[in-house]
Formats: sequence, C-alpha cells, structure tokens
Amino acid sequence: MYGNTLTYAGIIHYGPLYLRFRKKMAMIRVQGLNKWFGDHHVLRDIDLHVAQGEVVVVIGPSGSGKSTLCRCLNRLESAGSGEILIDGVPAPVEGRELARLRADVGMVFQSFNLFQHKTVLDNIMLAPMKVRGVSRAEAEKTARDLLARVGIAEQAGKLPAQLSGGQQQRAAIARALAMRPKVMLFDEPTSALDPEMVGEVLDVMVQLAADGMTMVVVTHEMGFARRAADRVVFMDDGQIVETAEPNAFFESPTTDRARNFLAKVLTH
Amino acid sequence: MSALLDHLPEFWQGLIVTLQLTAASFAGAAVMGLVIAAMRVSPVPVLRGIGTAYVETLQNLPLLVLLVLAVFGLPEIGLQAGLQVTATVVIALYEGAYIAEALRSGVNAVSSGQGEAARALGLNFTQSLRHVVLPQALRTVIQPIGNIFIALTMNTSLAAAVGVVELTAAANRVNLLEAQPIPIFVGAGVAYAVIAACAGFVTGRLERRLAVVR
Repeated sequence: MYGNTLTYAGIIHYGPLYLRFRKKMAMIRVQGLNKWFGDHHVLRDIDLHVAQGEVVVVIGPSGSGKSTLCRCLNRLESAGSGEILIDGVPAPVEGRELARLRADVGMVFQSFNLFQHKTVLDNIMLAPMKVRGVSRAEAEKTARDLLARVGIAEQAGKLPAQLSGGQQQRAAIARALAMRPKVMLFDEPTSALDPEMVGEVLDVMVQLAADGMTMVVVTHEMGFARRAADRVVFMDDGQIVETAEPNAFFESPTTDRARNFLAKVLTH
Repeated sequence: MSALLDHLPEFWQGLIVTLQLTAASFAGAAVMGLVIAAMRVSPVPVLRGIGTAYVETLQNLPLLVLLVLAVFGLPEIGLQAGLQVTATVVIALYEGAYIAEALRSGVNAVSSGQGEAARALGLNFTQSLRHVVLPQALRTVIQPIGNIFIALTMNTSLAAAVGVVELTAAANRVNLLEAQPIPIFVGAGVAYAVIAACAGFVTGRLERRLAVVR
C-alpha cells in the first residue's frame, strides 16, 4: 500500500517528463500585493516567488500579515492590489475559474475545519467526487491510501469529533492531498494542537516536503523551518522583512526586527 | 358529545382537507425556504436583495390579508385556480419566509471555517451549501422548523375564511346545525393538538438522531 502511495506521489510531483523542464519555474508568483482591512494596511508590497517543489516557511510575530498572505494565495481573502500567479496563471477573481484554482491549491487550516457531519473517509472523498468527477470507488481507494500515508487508516469511519487534534489535522492534510494539488498552503497547522500532537503533524509535513510538494507554511515551529524549509520568509507589519535559507536566517539574521523576533522565540 | 359523533363524516372530511393543506403547503414552504435562504446567504448582492425583500414582505403581512388578496385579486388579473390550491400556494409562500429565516440562522450557526474549507477544496457556492453547510445547518434548526410546521398547521384554519372547508370550517358548519360550540370546537381542537403532538414527536426523534457532534 505504501509503495502505491509513493508512486502516486511521484506521478504528481515529478510526473511526465516535460514537467521536469518547468521545475525551476515559479509555482507561485506574487507581485506587488497590497491588502487593506478598512484603514489597516495588512499587506504592503509583497513580492514572493515560490519555485516548484520548494518549501517556503513564513514566520513572524502575530498580526504581521502572514496568515492573510497565505489566505490571499487561494483567494480566501481578496487582494487589494497586485498580482498573484499560480503555475503561471493569474489567480481568477471569482466564479468557476476560481473554484478550479482552489482545487489545485490545497489548504490546511489552524482549526482543521473537517466537515463535522461527515466521517473522515467522506471528508476526503467529497471534493474529488464533486469537483474532479472521480468515481466513488476510485475516490475511496485514494482516500484510504492517503489515510494510510498520514498514519490514521483505522480512523476512516469515525466522525472528526471522535479524533484527537493531531489526527484531525492529519485527516485534513489527507483531504487536501486527495485533490492532487500543485501547491499546499499551511496556515498555522499546529497552533491549535496540544504539544504532544505537534510532532505527528510535522512528521507528515516533513515527509510531504521530502516527496517534492511545493509548500507555503505559516508556522511558529522553528524546528520545522530548520528541518524542512528551503527558504524562510520573515514578515513583520505587513512586509517581507527578510528572506533567507534557514541556516543563514537562524544563525545570522540580517535585520534588527528578525533578530529581535528570534531572540524572543528561541530563548524558550 | 353526540353533536360530535353524529357528524363524524363531516369532521373527517374537514380533517382530510386540513392534512392536505398542511402537507402540501409545508412541502412548498420547505422548497421556497431553501431557495430564499440560499439567496440570502449567496455572494451575489442582487440575489441577497431579492431574498431580503421577499422575507420582509411576506413576514410583515398577515396571512389572512394575503389569502383574501389572492382569492379575490388573482381572478381579477385572469388567474383562476381552485380555492384549496390558492390557499395552499399562499400558505406555502408565507411560511416559506419563516423557514428561510430559520434556515439562515442555521447557516449562520455553522462555523465559517466549514464553508472556507469547502471553497478551498474547489467546491463552488452551491456545492458547499448543499454538501457542507446546509446539512449541518438543518441539524441545528430541526426544532424551530418543527415549530413552524405546527404554526403552519394552525394557520391552515385561516383558509376557512376564504371558503376552503377544512377542519375549522367543518366544525363551524356543524355548529350552525347543532349550536353546541364547546364540544364541537374542543373536538376540532383535539384533532389539531394530535397533529401538533405528532410533529413534536418526530422533530424530537430527528433532533436526537441527527445531532452534530462537535
């Protein structure tokens, strides 16, 4: 079963040969993104490129706009101004094209947001069947493979409320992966978890990163950033203050704001 | 008591009409309520406006006025239909506004993350509503909708005022012959109470069976 899922992962991420030539191409391209909530300027001139297969971790103090940036990428928040391209295509503003974009961009939320009235299995099968038109049998097979991959195969028939937080979040990751997305967005995926459950979710994410998934991860988990990130983006006050490889960033941040932030989080 | 027993066939006929009015207009009201609630929570401003206008208009006019207007007004503009059909449609449209509001409160009770997760997976507005939000919303509003059903049952008696011979009208006719209002209307009242009790029983069962575990 595990062998199968690896092949399946291989198909999406490395897939047909022609895709390899595009490997250096930006999967996500954000140019001059601004966003206001009323008078509050939450995102200021954000430029961000994420290459295919790259793992970008976004960190920063709360209120720095990192979650908003994440939510703008699949237009759960509308952008004030600026340009967002996913896999070379401008993100549509609404309608059918927007739904199609979202189908290709997986998202994992802080509060899991599993559908409360559906079993874990049905949670995962819903979108592939309704959006992609996949048959029930195929959707179920994919769902069971994914549940095995995130290590909760035996929870398939349960309702979300019957699972622990860590299991719910792993189910939510499986649900997003079932759409075979090009990109995965993680909006503080471990912030609502009890400490002992953080590890099991991060392990799944590290494995996903190793499999070559393009990922944007908003998190406070510095350990994950060190372990799995290709690049760390540090945000403060709606701006990207610093972008660097994890080692460089954590060892020798170049800005005062990043130094201050790290001093506060890393002393614990 | 004999005033009741001597006229059981008339009562029975009236009860059948009341049940028909109740069942058909509740079915219509459920459909109408679903459509209007969907419009009121939709992202399209025009649809929201129409939904709001509908609810405000229908809720703020007395049902009796609507019934009289429909029964006497519609033939004026060339729309002819039987009295019972007209009454059914009017009650359905009227109660639809209440069901829409109950459903909308249920939709608002579903956490916004549920709809966001559905949209983030690529489901469109109708799909998220149908597969994710409404099934959860419905579970939280079973009791209010049961109440609307009971109110609707009682409201069908207003159809008597425009000439539909349902249970109340039947009771009234019997009373004109027998002049024993107390047993006759207590009898009719008991029949309404039985319908309402059945509705309460069903909603109670449904509520326990379908409760959303959070």
